[in-house]
Amino acid sequence: MGAERKQYSYRLSLGERLRQRTGGPIRRLLRHRLATVGTLLVLAAIVCALAAPLLAPYDPLEQDLRFRLKPPLWRAPEGEKFLLGTDQFGRDVLSRIIFGSRVSLAVGTASVLLGGSLGLFLGLCAGFFGGWIDDVIMRLADVQLSFPFLILALCIIAILGSGLINLIIVLSLYGWVVYARLIRASVLSIKEIEYVQAARAIGQSTAKILVKHILPNVIAPFFVISSFQVARIIIIEASLGFLGLGVPPPTPTWGNMLSDGREYLQEAWWIGTFPGLAIAVVVLGINLLGDGLRDALDPKTYLKS
Amino acid sequence: MPLPVLRVQDLKTYFYTGAGVTRAVDQISYDIGRGEIVGLVGESGCGKTVSALSILQLIQSPPGRIVGGRIELEGRNLLDLGTREMESVRGDQISMIFQEPMSSLNPIFSIGEQVSESLRIHRGLSKRAALDQTVKMLELVGIPSPERRVSEYPHQMSGGMRQRVMIAMALSCQPKVLIADEPTTALDVTIQAQILELMLSLRQELNMAILLITHDLGVVAETTERVVVMYAGKVVEEATARTIFRSPLHPYTIGLLGSVPSLDNVTRERRGRERLQEIPGLVPSLDNLPAGCNFQPRCARAMDVCLGQEPDLKEIEAGHLVRCWLHA
Repeated sequence: MGAERKQYSYRLSLGERLRQRTGGPIRRLLRHRLATVGTLLVLAAIVCALAAPLLAPYDPLEQDLRFRLKPPLWRAPEGEKFLLGTDQFGRDVLSRIIFGSRVSLAVGTASVLLGGSLGLFLGLCAGFFGGWIDDVIMRLADVQLSFPFLILALCIIAILGSGLINLIIVLSLYGWVVYARLIRASVLSIKEIEYVQAARAIGQSTAKILVKHILPNVIAPFFVISSFQVARIIIIEASLGFLGLGVPPPTPTWGNMLSDGREYLQEAWWIGTFPGLAIAVVVLGINLLGDGLRDALDPKTYLKS
Repeated sequence: MPLPVLRVQDLKTYFYTGAGVTRAVDQISYDIGRGEIVGLVGESGCGKTVSALSILQLIQSPPGRIVGGRIELEGRNLLDLGTREMESVRGDQISMIFQEPMSSLNPIFSIGEQVSESLRIHRGLSKRAALDQTVKMLELVGIPSPERRVSEYPHQMSGGMRQRVMIAMALSCQPKVLIADEPTTALDVTIQAQILELMLSLRQELNMAILLITHDLGVVAETTERVVVMYAGKVVEEATARTIFRSPLHPYTIGLLGSVPSLDNVTRERRGRERLQEIPGLVPSLDNLPAGCNFQPRCARAMDVCLGQEPDLKEIEAGHLVRCWLHA
């Protein structure tokens, strides 16, 4: 039957195979309605951050005391032109929120990337090699977990000084433990499965077993936890900013804006409310996306269907 | 006996745990001739699997360690090899198939990718050449429409099919020795017979030796030429399969055989007389072995000397070895 056009699927081109593989998870993700909403929110935030100068109606740093504490557009008298009002120095709140998304997202992704890769690496080593390597890494993690985070952050920032890069370093150092523990636990369960032994029995090297058999099986939970971590980091960055430990003013960050807004909550509620809303919406979006990712990447949920 | 291809000599594999030293494999020796099928028999926990894993040096370390002995593949001691050299032996010269076909294949790779891996490692084949060879291997192990099956994933196959895939994977480089660790235990009876038959026919075709680890004496009787009986980490009896079944000498072997229903037993049972015999007691814990002969607490014919001293493995007649004071 159709012998002349018999095509073995293992002979598909690289592109076709790639599509076969990646098409699955993405399709599954988009079938998830809430995850789609999350994806859109996250995409919106990313667009904001990337195209901030194009989107922002004003310079976020420009002060003009004539327009101090102007209310949002719908509560303002005719002729005013600040959609979300202005702060105590007459800076446009909307523009500052748009530019603030840069710091939040940059800090969020950079610390997750940095802390995540550190945690992934250490977790893999601890789980796979066991013995003293495991002991050292896990005791280190325990020590760090027993330290109140804000105190730790305070110490490091006091030593290194505040700034974007230092903030990222602090948050990466904070984050690695979560990944390391999760990855270690997954590796511990996966390395006992017989296919790992089978791979060894056909002569595969340790490095290859780690990369080909263990890593792909722990990478899905890693992505999921990373997405939740981005959300957490954004909140932590905002709290640090609120405490004055984040990126120093005048750079607009959502945390700094919240902190500014607190003092004017009685007379100008919009200064603190809108950045707060921005945080809430972005974090919600990332969490929805993370939930969707968890379902889309978990072989246990999709292989059954 | 044909020239031994694999020779295990005084192998000792111990596990060092917090509770002390567990002698999982304690000075066992056996030979496997070229193209021969040897059965390694014993109850659960007697060290069968550990001895097999030791051959490939797949013992989890720590806590396990091979503390002594030699494992010779065609005269070359594998225990002297470095990590790299050992990797090149595994899957190429000696292969292994495992008990659980359901978990022996990685769910995230296709059948073809997994079977061809060995060819790519040891034969240096390109991806496509390896896959073409894999299709042939899958055909050899009796998988229908192999060119379609190569791109399928493990969850799309039944247990029997997966075990065939495992066999294809183990045999793809035509190893000299195949270690089959309870290859049929997880399969139902009809599939068991098919898999055993497949292994036997492939042995002829590829002229490889098989070490068949099992606790199923029926499987041993059907397939093996020689049998090594293990108890508590030691070899207690070794003989040709025929001798083991016709005239076993060690009380443990006799007990094992007595605990399996044979056709004779069934007819007798119809007459309402005899029940299946069991070996009283439990396999002793390996970190707390009884003094003297390890089997003595469960042995109906234990004597004074059994309590005090452990018997040696003695050759009673050519090729028939027993570790028992009754035959010392």
